Amino acid sequence: MPLVEMKDIHKYFGTVVALRGVDFKVDENEVVGLIGDNGAGKSTLIKILSGVFPPTKGEIYVKGQKIDPRRYSVREAHRLGIETVFQEQALGIKQSIWRNLFLGREPTDRLGFLKVVEARDETHKLMREVLRFRGGGVSPDASVRTLSGGERQGVAIGRAMYFEADLVILDEPTRALSVQEVQKVLNFIRELKRRGKSCVYISHTIANVYAVSDRFVILDRGKVVGEYKREEVSEPELNEILIELHESRAQEELQTDSF
Amino acid sequence: MLKANIDLRKYKMQIGLTLIFALVILLFIITSPEVFLRPSIYLAYLTTIPFIGIMGLGLTFVLASGEIDLSFASVMAFAGYVCAVMVDLTGSVTVGIIGGLLSGAVIGALNGLFIRKIGIPSIVVTLGMMFLIRGAVNLLSGGLGRSFTFLIGTPWHSILVGKIGGRFPAHALWFLGLAVVLWFILFRHRFGNHVLFSGDNEGAAQMMGINVDWVKIKVFILMGVLAAFAGIIDSFRLLKWWPTMGEGFLLTTFASVFVGGTSMFGGEATILGTFIGAYLIGSLEAGIVAAGLSGFWTRFIYGFLILVAVTIHTVLRKGRGV
Repeated sequence: MPLVEMKDIHKYFGTVVALRGVDFKVDENEVVGLIGDNGAGKSTLIKILSGVFPPTKGEIYVKGQKIDPRRYSVREAHRLGIETVFQEQALGIKQSIWRNLFLGREPTDRLGFLKVVEARDETHKLMREVLRFRGGGVSPDASVRTLSGGERQGVAIGRAMYFEADLVILDEPTRALSVQEVQKVLNFIRELKRRGKSCVYISHTIANVYAVSDRFVILDRGKVVGEYKREEVSEPELNEILIELHESRAQEELQTDSF
Repeated sequence: MLKANIDLRKYKMQIGLTLIFALVILLFIITSPEVFLRPSIYLAYLTTIPFIGIMGLGLTFVLASGEIDLSFASVMAFAGYVCAVMVDLTGSVTVGIIGGLLSGAVIGALNGLFIRKIGIPSIVVTLGMMFLIRGAVNLLSGGLGRSFTFLIGTPWHSILVGKIGGRFPAHALWFLGLAVVLWFILFRHRFGNHVLFSGDNEGAAQMMGINVDWVKIKVFILMGVLAAFAGIIDSFRLLKWWPTMGEGFLLTTFASVFVGGTSMFGGEATILGTFIGAYLIGSLEAGIVAAGLSGFWTRFIYGFLILVAVTIHTVLRKGRGV
């Protein structure tokens, strides 16, 4: 049984068709690389899976259980063990690290007052033991805007890690990061896999995707156009496939333009 | 020792503001010792300032959530009128107070719904509401004031605006109490956390499952209720209500909040700053007049103070977490 399965997913934004019948699944303890050009529909697919918005049509199953799209939400996805690290990072940069870590899932007493000491301690522990920012020398009270790009990504990833997700979705987590910081993110994905978790990894950088994924799914203009297991393709072959796809698309667009 | 240092640094904005306030008072003492060395001027401040202060607390929430409200000074007058009419109709002061507060809540909710459900920017919606409500007040009252003399001797009068020990105004304590409660709500409650994130990064808040629409509607309801409360107690204090009530409070309330250090850009706010800012802005006029300067100086000094304070806040703010 797959961990999550999406069947015949369609999504329209007004008259714009973002997804036209996508089937997508992730197995237990599997890292799936989701690739495709800008506008292929990767982020849209992932936002549907994370509960940001519902599909126009289609079915979603999590751990074999059918999801009611009208009731599905980010909160519900969290409850089912699906955590997403969004391209836009989903951080409030003026707020402290601990507030960001617990955003939407604040530890509170019965009246809704925050357990600040607990939240700070937990954040401090996570930063010291898992994220290791500057050797653990960053305070949980520091605002996120004082952190580097890689560290900010670390807060967002640390959030997924802290809440023990079964499936972590990473949308372009290595964009605008230095080589060293990219390695940290890749190591985090390997760590997830080692812990028996699953991951969907979206990136434009094929080398990064290839380094950690078990399977690759290629999206193009709202459809799945290719699916390969790691043992079926080499990295240069995968690159070749994407370049051909890109060229055929450019040609098609050229023909459409000439009308 | 180390801990004390960290805490001080976190509150450096508020400490700086207190120093500015102390400096201003010191200046007033030097220029007009006959006025500023006597308690009566400070009791007068405690009597007049809580009204802009209480609305300033609401405005702090609105700005923290990344929105703006221009209608609260009109709501102040509207709620006072509703309160007077309800007391006339039912003979009960309690019903009058509840009715007045509810009217503020309803206007706040309307503001919130127009902004979040129809998608009109808050500055436009609340500008419209400012005129609409002021117009409604004038139409309903026929431009005539109302007497609140029925309050004399009632328990609500002493509870809300009585003089403790014959001198200390009770509503100064209400302002202090509200400031403390709202500090806890903004910085130590889940709701306040969601307000800060809604103002800081609305998309992030939404992605983490926070209902930003509802959070902001609640913020406008809070603003409406606080403005209504200010209107009701101002009528109670003066034992009368008049249709232009609150005019002139709009900009001084904004001045208090900005001088206090709350950011216009959302996600950053200070309740303590608003509290001190209200007293700072509220104390200027009397001091300037007592010093023998003409009233024309008041606005000049407001402007000067706002620019200086906001520049200092902006420079200090870099790198601070809430």
